[in-house]
Amino acid sequence: MAPNKDTSANDEAHWRKTTNLMWMHLGIWFFFGYVIHFFAPALNKIVILGFPLGFYMAAQGSLIAFVVQLFMFAKQQDKIDREFGVAED
Amino acid sequence: MATQTSNDGSFLNNLGRVYGFYTGGFLAFVIFLAILEQVGVPNKILGYLFVFFTIAVYAIIGVLSRTAQVSEYYVAGRKVPAFYNGMATGADWMSAASFVGMAGTLFLLGYDGLAWVLGWTGGYVLVAVLVGPYLRKFGAYTVPDFMSFRFGGNFARFLAVLVLVACSFTYVTAQIFGTGIIASRFLGMPFEVAVFVGLLGILLCSMLGGMRAVTWTQIAQYIVLIVAYLTPIVILSTKKYGIPIPELTYGQAIADITAREAQMLKDGLATTANLKPHITPWLTYTQLNFFAIILCMMVGTASLPHILMRYFTTPSVREARKSVAWSLFFIFLLYFSAPAYAAFSKLEVYTNIIGRPIADIRPWMFTWGELGLIQVCGKNAASLQAIVDACKAIAGHGGVVRLQDFVINTDVIVLSTPEIAGLPYVISGLVAAGGLAAALSTADGLLLAIANALSHDIYYKMIDPNAPTVKRLSVARILLVIVAVAAAATASTRPADILAMVGWAFSLAMAGNFPALVMGIWWKRATAAGAVAGIIGGFGIAVLYLVVTRYFPGFGVSYLGMSSLTNPAGAPLIADMAKAMAAPNAMDSWVAASHPLASKVGWFGLTNIAAGLIGMPVGFALIYIVSLMTPAPSKEMQAFVDEIRKPRGRTILQEKD
Repeated sequence: MAPNKDTSANDEAHWRKTTNLMWMHLGIWFFFGYVIHFFAPALNKIVILGFPLGFYMAAQGSLIAFVVQLFMFAKQQDKIDREFGVAED
Repeated sequence: MATQTSNDGSFLNNLGRVYGFYTGGFLAFVIFLAILEQVGVPNKILGYLFVFFTIAVYAIIGVLSRTAQVSEYYVAGRKVPAFYNGMATGADWMSAASFVGMAGTLFLLGYDGLAWVLGWTGGYVLVAVLVGPYLRKFGAYTVPDFMSFRFGGNFARFLAVLVLVACSFTYVTAQIFGTGIIASRFLGMPFEVAVFVGLLGILLCSMLGGMRAVTWTQIAQYIVLIVAYLTPIVILSTKKYGIPIPELTYGQAIADITAREAQMLKDGLATTANLKPHITPWLTYTQLNFFAIILCMMVGTASLPHILMRYFTTPSVREARKSVAWSLFFIFLLYFSAPAYAAFSKLEVYTNIIGRPIADIRPWMFTWGELGLIQVCGKNAASLQAIVDACKAIAGHGGVVRLQDFVINTDVIVLSTPEIAGLPYVISGLVAAGGLAAALSTADGLLLAIANALSHDIYYKMIDPNAPTVKRLSVARILLVIVAVAAAATASTRPADILAMVGWAFSLAMAGNFPALVMGIWWKRATAAGAVAGIIGGFGIAVLYLVVTRYFPGFGVSYLGMSSLTNPAGAPLIADMAKAMAAPNAMDSWVAASHPLASKVGWFGLTNIAAGLIGMPVGFALIYIVSLMTPAPSKEMQAFVDEIRKPRGRTILQEKD
């Protein structure tokens, strides 16, 4: 990407941090959305309270992870915005 | 004007109290009907009371929220708090397919059905991280507003409207269809009439007040639908396992199902060919299609205009992010309960129907058998005599119901659970009201998205930019009615398989919108020419794949190098393609869903529900390549992109009221 001299150093740093946060959350999303379910047949051999773990992850576990992740993301992004003084008042 | 604003202020400050009263009133209404039932009021009247009372409440909210201000009509004045916008999004999101169909799909498919549960939740991560808050900062009324601004004007706007109408119309038709099914089942109306009655309810909510009215009714509808969904299984779980948390106790039901499956195979009540073990992955979808469906539903979530526009209504970018989290939380409450419905129902069917002498069959079945939704031995299970006769007609039938004798329509799973649990009729009425709320709220959101795109983007921005406010809003309302009637007319022709239609809507949105939205925000170098090429190429190839595999399969095989899809075991669905292609009907066009080749051919073994997976990479690649071939966007445009990325400051687009 060509550096744009109209973007202030502060904005650049803010965006770099935002981008890192984005990749981190996409990583978590990819893990709980896909990677873990590749191992469903193996995980199904572990049974907790009647739930085979592979089934449980697709029916509840990953969903809980997504919800928690989104509340964390809202907090983390807001912290970054405040750090660089670009948050709303 | 002044009084309206101060009214608004006191309403917004007292949202908790208003909806608290509303929830209390709703529960009191349910208790009142329960008392009526005990006094001996017939079920049919209770059903009517439920449906008409709830629709009347939505209509009253709709009328009270009428507005003559443009920003109120399009984005509810941008003052919906995160928590309440989350509830409204939940109702907007969860349709008849989620409320009635999801548990049934899980019942039939077991593990493979979870692809839909995962796909319809995980997409909110993409909404929050990649798209939603940035569009809020931009300050648009519609998604095409953003496309037009970022990608050089009305051609991009027109393409975005095309994508929006294609996916939203496919989706809304499925919703009105669902409204018709519920209304006809509980009110005994003919299906075609029920469709238009449902339509009336939808229009009353949205026509006068646009987004503002839809927002406050959707919150009311969410409360009804979540109470209705959770009540029966909470009672069932308490009765059976002593703990009122079905999401915890259905583990035991799954263990029992697995044990019972082995027993049924041993006793010859089922064969390995017709029994799909509930917890075993990839028996219906191939592994490829399982993950492809998850990805398409997730990316589709972040591309569907009726969802994205909900985040235009929050007071700030920060609230928009929080609101996505609340949305998913409220959606999660229903989706993580759906597998419990499926497990409890399956256990009931496997233990109390399969393997039982026909004479012992459970009476709850006959209600649904009469409607043709449950069949035993190939005949509608309308009465004991009908079943006994039907099974006698099968040679060598031992008088015991086997798995292959039993066919159930997936809609029955949720609707029949109250009866299976032996609960009074009032709970069944409650479930019907919930299903109706789910279908109405989604249809509202979708119709509004379509009508807004036509009135704001096509009429105001492209045809008559000088139209006065009154005229703009009149045009918006008239278009809303026209689109609604067209969708109802399409729905009354009963297009088949709701789940597939909804899946197509997601795939189309994904292919058409996602690459341009993401690149427009995350890559300053993306140019107008690149985006236009990406939308045309990505959306075009997804539509081509969908239409060819579904309606022109012979053409696809002959000229586009398509081959048979495979089943999870790796065998082709069409064993002898040469023979199938030699058949006289092979090259038919606009074939019916029952055509031997329809939806059974494709590239890479990919089902057409996941057509977006072919379109999206093409879209991204075209935007990237064509952008690099054309001059970089102007300095002003790059500065605008910088502005979108920072929550602070004014919105980019300032609409005059």
